[in-house]
Amino acid sequence: MDAVLTETAAPPAEWKLPDRGTMGIIFLIVTETALFTIFVVAYLVYIGKSLSGPYPKDVLDLPIVASICLLSSSVTIVFAEHALKRHRIGIFKLWWLATILLGLEFLVSTALEWRKLIYQDHLTISTNLFGTTYYSLVGLHASHVIVGMAFLLLVMIVSLLGFPIHTQERRVKFLSWYWHFVDAVWVIVFSVVYVIGR
Amino acid sequence: MASIDQQLERPPVAEAKFSFSSHLYELISTVDHKRLGLMYIVTALLFLVVAGLMATIIRLQLAFPNGRVVDPDTFNRLFTMHGTTMVFLVGMPFVAGLSNYLVPLMIGARDMAFPRLNAFGFWIFLFGGFLLYFSYIGGSGLSGAGSAPDVGWFAYAPLTSRAFSRGASTDYWILGIFVAGIGSIASALNVIVTTISMRCPGMTLNRMPMFVWVMLIDSWLIIIALPPLSAAQIMLLIDRFLGGNFFNTQSGGSAVLWQHFFWIFGHPEVYILIFPAFAILSEVIPIFSRKPIFGRPAMVGAVASIGFISLGVWAHHMFAVGMTSWSNTFFTASTMLVGIPTGIKIFNWTATMYGGKIRLATPMLFCCAFLFQFLIAGLTGIMLATGPFDWQLHDSYFVVGHFHFTLVAGLVFGLFAGMYYWFPKVSGRLYNEKWGKWHFWLFLIGVELTFVPMHFLGFLGMPRRIYTYAPDRGWNFWNLLATSGLLFQLPATVIFVWNMLWSKFKGERAGDDPWDAWTLEWATTSPPPEYNFESIPEVRSSRPLWDLKNPNDPDWKFE
Amino acid sequence: MTRGRGILPLLIPAATLQAAAAAALPEHRITNIFQPLATPAESEYNIAMLIFAITGVIFVGVAGLIAYTIWRFRQPSDAAQHQEPPQVYGSNQIEVAWTVLPILIVFVLIGVSARVIAAVENASPPQAALKVTVIGHQWWWEVLYPDYNIVTANEIHMPASRDGKNATYLQLQSADVIHSFWVPQLSGKTDLIPNRTNFMWMDPREPGVYVGNCAEYCGTQHANMLLRVVAEDPADFKRWTVEQQKRSVDDTGASGDRAVFESLACVNCHNITGLGKASAGSKFGPDLTHLMSRQSLGSGVITNTPENLRAWVNDPQTSKPGCLMPSMRLTPDELTKVVDYLESLR
Repeated sequence: MDAVLTETAAPPAEWKLPDRGTMGIIFLIVTETALFTIFVVAYLVYIGKSLSGPYPKDVLDLPIVASICLLSSSVTIVFAEHALKRHRIGIFKLWWLATILLGLEFLVSTALEWRKLIYQDHLTISTNLFGTTYYSLVGLHASHVIVGMAFLLLVMIVSLLGFPIHTQERRVKFLSWYWHFVDAVWVIVFSVVYVIGR
Repeated sequence: MASIDQQLERPPVAEAKFSFSSHLYELISTVDHKRLGLMYIVTALLFLVVAGLMATIIRLQLAFPNGRVVDPDTFNRLFTMHGTTMVFLVGMPFVAGLSNYLVPLMIGARDMAFPRLNAFGFWIFLFGGFLLYFSYIGGSGLSGAGSAPDVGWFAYAPLTSRAFSRGASTDYWILGIFVAGIGSIASALNVIVTTISMRCPGMTLNRMPMFVWVMLIDSWLIIIALPPLSAAQIMLLIDRFLGGNFFNTQSGGSAVLWQHFFWIFGHPEVYILIFPAFAILSEVIPIFSRKPIFGRPAMVGAVASIGFISLGVWAHHMFAVGMTSWSNTFFTASTMLVGIPTGIKIFNWTATMYGGKIRLATPMLFCCAFLFQFLIAGLTGIMLATGPFDWQLHDSYFVVGHFHFTLVAGLVFGLFAGMYYWFPKVSGRLYNEKWGKWHFWLFLIGVELTFVPMHFLGFLGMPRRIYTYAPDRGWNFWNLLATSGLLFQLPATVIFVWNMLWSKFKGERAGDDPWDAWTLEWATTSPPPEYNFESIPEVRSSRPLWDLKNPNDPDWKFE
Repeated sequence: MTRGRGILPLLIPAATLQAAAAAALPEHRITNIFQPLATPAESEYNIAMLIFAITGVIFVGVAGLIAYTIWRFRQPSDAAQHQEPPQVYGSNQIEVAWTVLPILIVFVLIGVSARVIAAVENASPPQAALKVTVIGHQWWWEVLYPDYNIVTANEIHMPASRDGKNATYLQLQSADVIHSFWVPQLSGKTDLIPNRTNFMWMDPREPGVYVGNCAEYCGTQHANMLLRVVAEDPADFKRWTVEQQKRSVDDTGASGDRAVFESLACVNCHNITGLGKASAGSKFGPDLTHLMSRQSLGSGVITNTPENLRAWVNDPQTSKPGCLMPSMRLTPDELTKVVDYLESLR
């Protein structure tokens, strides 16, 4: 049976559906949001419930610099995308590198914070409820930053090696959305851990 | 002289000899949604048989008081593995398999949006199943109890902590399900994007077949509801391996928190499981009544409402936990509300049949039985939704009866309807109708015999998950009756498998459209070619083939 | 049911009379939730009847409609389909009707449920009410009467409450995993959860022995974690409390039996208030101070007879495989002495 089914009516107007990749990244972000929500809920539920110290107000310092760096990296990645759209590959590479360095600063800062917490304050994931919820929530976020960084580095490397990165504008856009998501999650984590929970 | 108008003489090409290794290579490398869909379904059926055999042993142990068929630990592993397998390794792959096979065909697409993600999803699901069953061998790690998990399919804390679950059996439960869950999320993501981005020209969302709508909403539920389980499992792993305190009551942690997280996943999960049956019924009943589905917009709205409300009913599994009367009342209310759209669906299916010309072939028989049985299951659900009544019924055999009614007398009946209905499309041949009817009647009797008595056992105070019982509790007769259902279910299953296999090779050729149906999958060959359609169709209504076959009375005049 | 009295009280020590009195009470082993014998179970029964009535009507109506539809519009399966029936797409009025009616029914049910939930859950114990603390263990029940300084296990005595005014209030906790307290004819169940205290209450109307089960899977021997609520006339209950408060007295004649008991590892798990090393207060296993006043052993898995007691002490794993009490591999002589000592614990 012939599958073409138009009969008497006029041919349908232009048939445009949302792009697959865009939909894919959006729903990936939806599912990741559900995952983070549960860890945030666990954190909120256990605020103030630790039976013994160290307690958040004693050991947590506001990670101002790290947060500024991470949130700025969302700005630099947008600049990089604009440069890519205008085919200015050199500028793109510079802004992209800035994004990577800012993200790296965030990760290093987190690592240093954890080193202080573990060796100086003796707070580990098993110490008390605060330790467990803190390391798992911040760690889950940091792991997503690491995954994002890996892809950012991949783009950096291939473009440095001469690959025509301007042909991958769409995919670079999806990666930047993921990066924005990671930053938005940091805003939530920061508020819950360092503001509400301290 | 060769010219563009002259057919070139093509040199003879030796037929590629298909060896076992090339078949195997094709199997493991395929990204074709139809192959993967079938792989999901066949794997699910294999796990169904395995878990069904476990249920057989459970019923043999419980047939008589003071049973000695298996020892307590083995029994506890059996019901844990039975439940875990049925939910995650039978139900979920059916969801994935049915959507992967049918959705692209029904929307006039050539494949799913992300074919390689599709393949990844299948193989990681299979790996998860393998991990779970590897526990039988590997579970004795870490000076342990050994063997398969025995913590129940919902694995309550703190029974699952290192202190009370020694060995690696619980870890295999966590990891197996976690990994398989990644596959489910991947498949769901694929279905959502495919449905949104790959519909053929003219197929607006309103004109999508009911099956596609239901599986779309199912997929939304999956991507929202599965992550809470993954999160809880990560937390449990942190507790068990890194000394975390999420569910450690000694350090102030809450055992009830696991229950909240688990059931925030667990309740939507049961709707995730039943939706394929809703989807199948919404396709089969119209065809076998020769009428369009009654109230399409209401049906879609009902499924959407069920999906949405189901996210807010989870604590009806926790009425006995000691929540405040406000919480208990809230969850009683929300749970009863979710029964309303479900009832609407039953009414609409019945109204579809009303005034039609009902053909009682095997798929339709299963649908009719589903209607009665799901009605019963829904009403026992209302009983369980009522907080105070649930204080008696919770964790008793009444609950076991209820959910087996929804899942076996409901979902499995719907799945059989679907498998018989689409068998001709998938295999290119007709199944044997007489054996189909034998399967139906035997299975129906068996299911009633096994699961109706369980409701009475609940009334008589028999709790769940007990490996045996004393002879003077009044439970003997109903337990024996429940076990007797096996005598019907087992031969019924054998007949089904035999029918499928025999008909695949020896059945009468089916042709494109043996049922005189109306959706796009019947507009191509049986089985469909790898590219699905000669050319991408264009549609003007929700029943494109009806429009073709009835040019004087097309649907697009009324929609 | 008459209880054996008369000349016997003069001849048999009081504690055993207690056990005899309890044994003479009617035992409710068929635990039908539709035969409630206390107020919580009764209010749950009443709401159940309402739900049955409503769902019954719905079932008959809807199932009848489905059956009628199938019967009326069925076609023989090989009939040629010459003409399609009228293609009806739906009806807004009908949809509204069968949406609104169920919503109304549901609102009624929600209202009724809310009332019963509040009545059962928010009942607060009057000052004079009997309070019992039950602590769940794998796989036995620790039972404490804080106001009376009584510690026992598995069998919970309480006064019968003929006029519904003498309820007993239970405080539920757990020492290990989640358990659930379910004596169907007295009340719906409530969970025992570690690091959490739950409350329930019950007022058995008639004296009797009410059987129940743990109703939350708690491990290997969940099936054999049985409950007995022994409801007695207030006077009998008073007598029971007095006996339970007594410390154990060593009247085995030869103190050698107790010495053998104390020389073994039993005291590490079991407490016997009174003489000797066993009164160190170990809580890992049930308190044995008045073991002979109980009707069953192993939290209901076997009855408390001399043969069963001997078999249990010899090897609990044969009656309750997987329970946490190991066989101590006693010699027959040690076993006899230990069992003799235990039988003196009235």
